[in-house]
Amino acid sequence: MLASLLLSASVGVGAQTNTPLPHMFDPRSTPADGIYRISRFVLSITGIIFVVVVFLLAYATVKFRQRAGDEDEPPQVYGSNQVELAWTVLPVLVVLILFLATARVIHSIQRTAKPAGAIEVVAIGHQFWWEFRYPALGVVTANELHVPVSDPSHPTPTFITLLSADTDHSFWVPQLAGKTDLIPNHPNSTWIDPHEVGLYLGQCAQYCGTQHAKMLLRVDVEPREAFDRWVQDEKKPAQVTDAVSAGRRVFETTACVNCHTITGTVADGRFGPDLTHLMSRATIASGAATNTHANLRSWIKNPDDLKPGSLMPAMQLSDKDIDALTAYLETLR
Amino acid sequence: MASESIAIGRLDAPARQIGEILHDWVTTVDHKKLGLLYIMYAILFLVIGGIEATIMRIQLIVPHNNFVSPQVFNEMFTMHGTTMIFFVAMPIVFGFGNYFVPLMIGARDMAFPRLNAFSFWISAFGGLLLYFSFVGGNGLYGAGNAPDVGWFAYAPLTAKAFSLGHSTDFWTLGLLVSGIGSIGTATNLIATVLCLRCPGMTLGKMPLFAWMNLVMAGLVLLAVSPLTAAQVMLSLDRYLGAHFFDTQAGGSAVLWMHFFWIFGHPEVYVLVIPAFAFVSEIIPVFSRKPIFGYPIMVGATVSIGFLSFLVWAHHMFTVGMNSYANSFFAISTMLVGVPTGIKIFNWIATMWGGKIRFGTPMLFCIAFLLQFLIAGLTGIMLSVAPFDWQLGNSYFVVAHFHYVIVGGILFGLFGAFYYWFPKMSGRMYNDALSKWHFWLFLIGFHLTFDFMHIPGLLGMPRRIYTYEPGRGWDVWNLIVTIGVFFQGAGILIFVGNLLWSSLKGKFAGNDPWDAWTLEWSTASPPPEYNFATLPTVNSRRPLWDIKHPEDPD
Repeated sequence: MLASLLLSASVGVGAQTNTPLPHMFDPRSTPADGIYRISRFVLSITGIIFVVVVFLLAYATVKFRQRAGDEDEPPQVYGSNQVELAWTVLPVLVVLILFLATARVIHSIQRTAKPAGAIEVVAIGHQFWWEFRYPALGVVTANELHVPVSDPSHPTPTFITLLSADTDHSFWVPQLAGKTDLIPNHPNSTWIDPHEVGLYLGQCAQYCGTQHAKMLLRVDVEPREAFDRWVQDEKKPAQVTDAVSAGRRVFETTACVNCHTITGTVADGRFGPDLTHLMSRATIASGAATNTHANLRSWIKNPDDLKPGSLMPAMQLSDKDIDALTAYLETLR
Repeated sequence: MASESIAIGRLDAPARQIGEILHDWVTTVDHKKLGLLYIMYAILFLVIGGIEATIMRIQLIVPHNNFVSPQVFNEMFTMHGTTMIFFVAMPIVFGFGNYFVPLMIGARDMAFPRLNAFSFWISAFGGLLLYFSFVGGNGLYGAGNAPDVGWFAYAPLTAKAFSLGHSTDFWTLGLLVSGIGSIGTATNLIATVLCLRCPGMTLGKMPLFAWMNLVMAGLVLLAVSPLTAAQVMLSLDRYLGAHFFDTQAGGSAVLWMHFFWIFGHPEVYVLVIPAFAFVSEIIPVFSRKPIFGYPIMVGATVSIGFLSFLVWAHHMFTVGMNSYANSFFAISTMLVGVPTGIKIFNWIATMWGGKIRFGTPMLFCIAFLLQFLIAGLTGIMLSVAPFDWQLGNSYFVVAHFHYVIVGGILFGLFGAFYYWFPKMSGRMYNDALSKWHFWLFLIGFHLTFDFMHIPGLLGMPRRIYTYEPGRGWDVWNLIVTIGVFFQGAGILIFVGNLLWSSLKGKFAGNDPWDAWTLEWSTASPPPEYNFATLPTVNSRRPLWDIKHPEDPD
């Protein structure tokens, strides 16, 4: 309770300094908004209970303390059926109210039917990155989910099927929806309909192995036209430039191709992220670093420097090969 | 051990050699000595688990810290959770149950003294086996040492494909072995309470402490068995090619979750009901009034026991259950709040109209009431399934269950330590040191666990070895870590006080608190046979009747 007071203070400070934090009390999507509303209701009910009981406890502690020199035993009271009945029935009523409110929100979020204009995404959790496939649009990308903004008068929500390639993961972007786990052999689903354009941060919320901490998640919510443009770009095969053929040769003659796909080349591995449009992404290593030349080069040279325990091996390439490879990857727009 | 004479009794064995003393402790079947063994063993692991927690908090003091590697951090939270639940909390409540249930019901020992000794030693062996993983966990693969799968060890992270080496096996076998001991002790407690009560002590006149230990033991029997079964299945998966939880061969990860939480949730009540038991003995004595509403307290305890088996899947609201299952587990969880609320009201009503003495045991009980109230209210928040979709697996949950386990159970235990220390050692603790312990630990607890709720509300998941700056989490994590050092100082004072006072404290006498239950009618520490003649009781407070013949219960 003290915590929730402090939270409201901290959220208030966040709002004043105009640096919004990506948390559940600033919802931008229908499921997150439903949760936000019931959370306020639950916080006020529990807040009232807290105040009442703490008052009783404090009053009893202060009022009924032993006074100096008073060694007599107080009257021995064994109980009171009326009083005990009262504090059994009242909590039952509170529970009933809470339950009805809860069930309503559960059903409104979980039983929403997919409308005709919905975007469909398959999200696949990997140790330790996200694969996003848009089957209807023919797009495959990683770690940065792109979805169109959903106008409440003409909703275009995104329905996400959640799968896992290895261990359990959990998809959590607090401003858009509550978390749902990605469990192998157990397909799940969730949906979002972001009302505002922007970048929404989240991360894996179910312990999935060594680098669970750096399995970050970004959702780019774009205007519909920008989203459609992004889809058109993503559908194109990789650009081929002769200037970087040395780097391309390095890529195609080492084990890179076993794990990564670059459309239009021999590389068709699926253990790691699709790199066809690597440079369209703002981050690498599932959000562990920004997608700059220096970070990319360091990541290729030794992934453990950025993300110890990541499953990508250091290929022990010469500096020359690394430079060439980095140059090649940087043409993949 | 070669010795010149055969010891025939303690009275005529003035200076026993260390070997004899150790031999006595190892071979004892006395419930009091076994109780102390449980307690000392648990305190040792409390310090170890505390060090593991401190390592984690130092790593998280600032974002992108490099105090330990991710591998080590993951081992620390796995070992911290496993240690604190299985090798601190359970043995310590078993220790108090062992020591005081026979004394309170006027019995000379537990029903099965040799089973009692076996249970302790096999549980102790389980703890050693778990910690041996630091040495032997590498196996032939050279991969990992201590287990790093989390204390609930979700499949398929425990499958051979993701967990090479033997670290997971040490976890599995350590818990399996200690589970055998838990089941033995639970059986023993049930038999003792049902069969060995002294003349006149009907079930309705039994101290609440005995009632609550009876319910706790019943929960252990029903809850530990599924965990043991799951450990066996996991071992079959790992070594004999079974596919219960092996998702790559069609097994089910969700099945493990069900098995684990049908154990895991009642386990919370296995630990907290004994804390209720301590509080239900201490508050009346220090308020100078009988417990308010004894029958409804018993009823509430039993109904908490039943309800605790209907709520396990509230740990799984994010697993993708359908809306009806989520609604069911939401309301069953909320219903736990009703009997729990009754208890809190009854404890306050016990204080109401009394003459409260603020001895250290009572201070811990008052803090328990406040903190357990908050833990219950955050529990209500988490029972609201949609709210849990945001809060589950975040630091809010970590703060919530530490509020239960530290703010509730551990504060209750500290109260119990100070309350019964004079009985167990025959000497009084140092009062000033105990107050220092109380205030330091209280401040540390609130610094750590109040502020830990906030990063959770702000979206910080649990079990991450580092975090990004700029998410609004930094300052809260700093405060949380600072609180740990206050708690550590409190614990050191506590352990020091116990050691010093048990050797040098003032003699306490039989009944330093002017209390009412049978353990205070015998010597401190009690003789091996507890009571020279078995007592006969007429009410719930036999010593009150003796002290107040004009106004018996």
